Amino acid sequence: MKPAPFRYHAPRSVADAVGLLAERPGARLLSGGQSLMPMLNLRYVMPDDVIDLNRIDTLAGIAEEGGRVRIGGMTRQRDLERSPVVARHLPVMREALRWVGHIQTRNRGTIGGSLCHLDPAAELPAIAMLYDAEVSAISVRGERSIAMAEFPAFYMTPALEPDEALTAVTFTPWTGRTAFGFVEFSRRHGDFAVVSAACLLGYGPDGRIDRAALVLGGVGAAPLRLPDAEARLTGSRGTSEDFTEAAAFAERIEAMDDAHAGADYRRHLARVLTGRALAQAVARPAA
Amino acid sequence: MDDTIAVALRVNGRTFQGRCEPRTHLADFLRHELGLTGTHVGCEHGVCGACTVLVDGRAVRGCLMLAAQADGAEVRTVEGLAAADGTLHPLQAAFVEAHALQCGFCTPGILMTLVEVLNDTPDADEAEMREALSGNLCRCTGYQNIVKAALTAAKAVSGVRGA
Amino acid sequence: MPDAKPEAMIGRSVRRLEDPALIRGQGRFLDDLSLPGQTHAAFLRSPVAHGRIRRIDTETARTLPGVRAVLTLADLRPVLTADRLPLQFRSATLPTGITPFVLNEGEVVYVGETIALVVADSRAIAEDAAALIDLDIEELDPVADCRDALDEAGPRVYAGRADNVFSRFRQAYGDADAGFAAAAHRLSLSLKQHRGGAHPIEGRGVVASFDRFADQLTVWSSTQLAHEARGFLVELLGRDENGVRVVTPDVGGGFGAKYLFYPEEIAVAAASLLTGLPIKWVEDRREHFLAAIQERDQYWDFEAAVDADGRLLAVRGRMVSDAGAYVPQGINLAYNASTAFPGPYVLPAYDLDVFVTATNKVPTIPVRGAGYPEGTFAMERLLDAIARELGLDRAEVRRRNLVPGEAMPYRTPMASRSGSAILYDSGDFPAIFAQALERIDYAGFEARRAAAAEEGRTLGIGIACGIKGTGRGPYESGLVRIGKSGRVSVYTGAMPMGQGLKTALAQITADQLGVAPDQITVICGDTGTIPLGLGGFASRQTVTAGSSVHQAAAVVRRKVLTVASELLEAPEGDLELVNGEVRVKGTDRAITLKAVAEVVSGVPGYALPKGAEPGLEGQDPFLPTGLTYGMAAHAVEAEVDTGTGNVKLLRYVVVNDCGRAINPMLVEGQIVGGVVHGIGNALFEWMGYDDRAQPITTTLAEYLLPTCTEIPPIEVHLVEYPSPLNPLGVKGVGEAGTVPAAAAIISAVEDALREPGIRLGEVPLSPHRLYQIMRDCGRSA
Repeated sequence: MKPAPFRYHAPRSVADAVGLLAERPGARLLSGGQSLMPMLNLRYVMPDDVIDLNRIDTLAGIAEEGGRVRIGGMTRQRDLERSPVVARHLPVMREALRWVGHIQTRNRGTIGGSLCHLDPAAELPAIAMLYDAEVSAISVRGERSIAMAEFPAFYMTPALEPDEALTAVTFTPWTGRTAFGFVEFSRRHGDFAVVSAACLLGYGPDGRIDRAALVLGGVGAAPLRLPDAEARLTGSRGTSEDFTEAAAFAERIEAMDDAHAGADYRRHLARVLTGRALAQAVARPAA
Repeated sequence: MDDTIAVALRVNGRTFQGRCEPRTHLADFLRHELGLTGTHVGCEHGVCGACTVLVDGRAVRGCLMLAAQADGAEVRTVEGLAAADGTLHPLQAAFVEAHALQCGFCTPGILMTLVEVLNDTPDADEAEMREALSGNLCRCTGYQNIVKAALTAAKAVSGVRGA
Repeated sequence: MPDAKPEAMIGRSVRRLEDPALIRGQGRFLDDLSLPGQTHAAFLRSPVAHGRIRRIDTETARTLPGVRAVLTLADLRPVLTADRLPLQFRSATLPTGITPFVLNEGEVVYVGETIALVVADSRAIAEDAAALIDLDIEELDPVADCRDALDEAGPRVYAGRADNVFSRFRQAYGDADAGFAAAAHRLSLSLKQHRGGAHPIEGRGVVASFDRFADQLTVWSSTQLAHEARGFLVELLGRDENGVRVVTPDVGGGFGAKYLFYPEEIAVAAASLLTGLPIKWVEDRREHFLAAIQERDQYWDFEAAVDADGRLLAVRGRMVSDAGAYVPQGINLAYNASTAFPGPYVLPAYDLDVFVTATNKVPTIPVRGAGYPEGTFAMERLLDAIARELGLDRAEVRRRNLVPGEAMPYRTPMASRSGSAILYDSGDFPAIFAQALERIDYAGFEARRAAAAEEGRTLGIGIACGIKGTGRGPYESGLVRIGKSGRVSVYTGAMPMGQGLKTALAQITADQLGVAPDQITVICGDTGTIPLGLGGFASRQTVTAGSSVHQAAAVVRRKVLTVASELLEAPEGDLELVNGEVRVKGTDRAITLKAVAEVVSGVPGYALPKGAEPGLEGQDPFLPTGLTYGMAAHAVEAEVDTGTGNVKLLRYVVVNDCGRAINPMLVEGQIVGGVVHGIGNALFEWMGYDDRAQPITTTLAEYLLPTCTEIPPIEVHLVEYPSPLNPLGVKGVGEAGTVPAAAAIISAVEDALREPGIRLGEVPLSPHRLYQIMRDCGRSA
C-alpha cells in the first residue's frame, strides 16, 4: 500500500518545526520513521502534513552535563548502541538496545520517536521510566520538561500538547556500585517484547541494596514501575529469597489482554522475567 | 497537495535527479523513477527487509524512508556492489558459492545489510551474524546457507584487511 | 539412463545458472517490468467476511485526477464469457456455483474479496480512488470456523445454501470394525492444525497489455502456472490461443500461493482488453494476507486400534477441512491429507469421514506440503500416543509399524485422485529412519537430557517420518533445440520459482549433448515458446519436466549423431559429444554442434544430409504412470523454557530419500527451506481471525515468519533410492522438508515436558498456549 497524499515539510531549525506544527493542526512529526512510515504506508494514519525533523542537526547528539546525560530526540538508536557515554553511564540502555528492532531500523529509529510512539512493549520508554528520565518538549509557547512518570498520557499517547515536539531526554546515571539487568521475552529476535523487565540495583557500602528500580514493558498501557518490589528490595542483601519475593509483586499487576498474549500469561511472564532480570544483575560484576 | 518535489542524490557513485510525490518512499523512487529495480519491495511495512539499501553508509529499510529524505544522500544499492569490471563483491561470490539464494527476491536486501555488518563487525561469530540478519526475511533458503555465506565473506574481507 | 561418466553433470552440485543475474540485482521480476504508457491497478475489496452489496458508487472515484477507469463486474462483462472463474481441477462431484467471481457485485463471502478495479496513473492514485468508492454493504453473519460450519442451525457461508459442506467423502479400506474388535489398546486423538499463508517475499502480480494492431493480449504474471493461466484467459475472454500469450518473469517464490489463477489476473487482463491500456497490478503484503490462498485449517478426531505390541490395526474417525469461501481448484487438500495419513506405515484398516466445509475466509489450496503435513501430523501424534500408552519407546513403535524394506514397492489400498493405486515405488523406510536416529544420536539423548537438567534446562527429542507423493502428471512439456547459432535451448511449461530448475534442466541436457550447463539457455513459462505446460506444483518438476527434457535431449542427440556420422564419415558408435562438438573417438576429427545445426537448417536448393530432418529439435514427453514417493525421517532436539513457554530448537537432522539427486546442493537447499517452513507452521505462523471472520494478523509484524535467529543448525543427509517410475530415477523434494517438520517439533516439545497428562495436539504451538498447558498440569515455572 502507498500512503495517502500529504504535504512534506523539512524545516532546518527547531523554531521552524514548531512554527509549522502550530500552524498546521494534525501534522505529524517524522523522526526516524520506523513506526510512522509503516502507518503511513498502510494508511493507518493519513495526515495532511508531515514535518520531517531529520534536517535539524541540533536535535541529535549525546552530551554529558553535570552528571547527567542529555540525549537529543533525533539521536539514532544505533548511535546510542555505539556510544561510549551510554556504555559507561547507562549500560542497561545499551543492553536494551540490542533488543530494539534490527540493524536497519536502529539505523533510522530515534530515541525521541520511540518515546513519542510509546508502544507499551518498546524498550527505550521502559529504560527512560527505569531512570526517571526527564523529557524536554518545545512549542511556540516555550519549553518545558516532563518527568517520565508523567509522560505517558494514554495507550500509545504521550502527554504532549498537539503543538509540542520532544527535543531531548535527560538521564541521571546512578552513581556508586550499581548492578543492572535487562531481559525480554519476544517471539522472534527484534520483535516488540511480549514482556520485558529491567532493573537497576544500587549497593551501599554495607553491601545492602540501598536503591532499586524495576520496570516492566509490554504489560500495561505504558512501561510500569514496580514500587512495591523496589521497596521490598531496598535495604535487603539481594538474596535469591529477596528476589523471589520482589518478583512476586510483578505478578500482581494489571496486564493487557490481546490475541497474542493473555493477561494471565503477561502477569506470569512479568514475574518470571523480573526474577531473571534481578538474577542477571547480580550475576554480572557490578560497576 | 499532489505537487511533486525534486530529489537529487548519488546512487552507486552516480548523480541522479528526479521528481516524485512527497509520499513516494525511497525504494519506489529507486525502482520506478531511477530504474534501479535490483532493490525489491516485499511488505512496505518495514519487516521483510527486501528493500534494504545503504544510505550514507547505513543499512536502512527503503520503504521506511521517504525519497525526499534522501535528497543529498549517498545511496548504495545491489547494483553498485560488484566492481566496475563486473568482479563480484566477496558477499556476492560467497552467496553464489554457498547456494545462499533461491528465488533471489530477498537477496539484494540481505546483501546490503551484510555490507554494513562486514564493515562494522567482520569478526562476528555465527550467533552475532544470525542476529545481524534477523531483520531480513527469506522464505526459500531457511537461512542456513545465507549465514554460511555471510561468515565466509566476513572471513574473506577481514583476511584482506589483515593482510 | 545416461552413462555415469566422471564428467557427467547429473549428480554434481553445479553452481546455479540463475545466480549471476540475481546476485547483481539484475533479476527480472514482475514489478521490474515497465511498459510504455503503463497504468496501475488497485482493488476495492470486501471489508466484511459476509455481506450483500447494496450499492457500489464509483462516481467520485472516477473524477479523481489521474484515474483512468473504475470498473465493476458490470463494466467488465462485455469482454467476459462468465462472471465466475472455472474450477481449475474439473470434478463431477462438486456442487456448482462455488468458484470465485472475477469481481463480486452481489454477496461477498470473505474479507478481501475483489469488488472493483481502479486503473490510474500510479498505484498511489489508484489506492486513493479505491478509497473514494462508496460501497454500501449489508453485513451478514459469517462462518468463522469450519467446525461451526457444520452446525445446522448456524449461518450459511452463502445465503440460500442448504449447508456449508462443499464435499464429504470417505477415505476407507480394510475392515476397521474387525480391527477394533481385535484391539489390545484403543486410543483417541483430537488435533487442530491452523491455517497459514504461503508468503513468498514477492507477492503475486500481473501486467496485461492488449495490442490492438496485433490483436494480441500479453499477460505477464508472477505465477506457478503460465499455460493454465493462458487457458483461463482464453476461456474467460473468449479468445483463442493465438490471441493470448502468458509470460512469466523471474518468480520471487511461490509455495502454492501462485498455483492458482486468481480474480485479479482475469480482472486486470479484461480491463486492459476493455481500455486498451497496459495495466500493472502488484499484490502488496496486506493483499497477500487477505486474498492469496492459505492452507492447513484441519481438525482431526479419530480413534485407533492397536495390538499388544503397538502395531496399528485400524483407524477411524472424522476430519473437517476448511476450504474457505470458494473452491477455486478442487478438494485436493483434504484428499491428500486423508491419503497421507498412513504415510510410511502399515495401516491395515482405515475409515476417515472427511468434511470439506465452507467458511467465510479466503480459500485454501495447497501451500508447501499440500495436505501431507496435516496427515503426517495426525499419524505421528498417534504413534507418540501409542508409545506412551504402551510404555514403549517412540522409535520402537515406529520401527514396528514402518513398511518393511522387503515389502517395496508397496502398494497401499488407497487410490490417488486420478484413480490409480497409491504405490510407494522405492526406498527402505526402516533404514532411512534408523539413519536419522543414528545421526542425531538418539541413543545418547537421555544422557544429554540429564546433563541439561543438571543446569536447569528442559530438553526433548522429537522424531517423525513422512512421505510425499511427487512428480504429479499427466506430463510436463520439454523441448530441446540447437539453433543455427549453436546455442542449446530448452523450453518447458515447468515454472521455476527459486528451486534452481533451470540449472537442473541444463545439467540434464548437458549430459546428453556434451555441452556445459552454462552454455544452455532454459526458458520456462512462456506460452509463446512452447504450446503446452502444467506448471510448478506437487514437487513435480524435476520428475516430469526433467524426464521430458532428458528424453527430448536424447532425441536431439540422435539427430546430431545421424548427421555427424554422415558429415564425419564415421559410424555413430564411434562418435562422442564433448565440449560442444561431435568427435570421432580417439581422433582429432570433429564437427561443432553449431556446424551440424547450420547444415540441417538447410541451404535453398540443396538436399539435407542422408537421414537428416530439418532442424535440431526434439520432444518426447514423459508420461508418469504414478507419483514417486520419497521418505523423510526428521529428528529434532528442542529446549523448552518452562518459565516463558518458549521453544528453542537446538539441532535438526533430516534424512531424505530424494531418488537420484541431479544437483545435491539444490536438493539440500530445497529440504532446508522446507523444514523452516515447517518450523513456522509448528511454532510461529498463526493466521488469526476474530469471530466475525475478520483477519487480525495482516502484517508481517503480527504474522510471524521464522527469521534467522529462530532456526537451529539443520543437517541434511540425502539417500538415493532411484525411482523406477521415471528415466532419471528422480523424486521431488520441494515439499519434502515441510511434511514431517511440525510433527517432529511437537513430538520434541511433548517429550521435553514428560508430563503424562500432556498431549500436544495443535499447531502452531505458541509460548502462550504452551504456558497454559504447562500451568494446567502444574509444570509452569
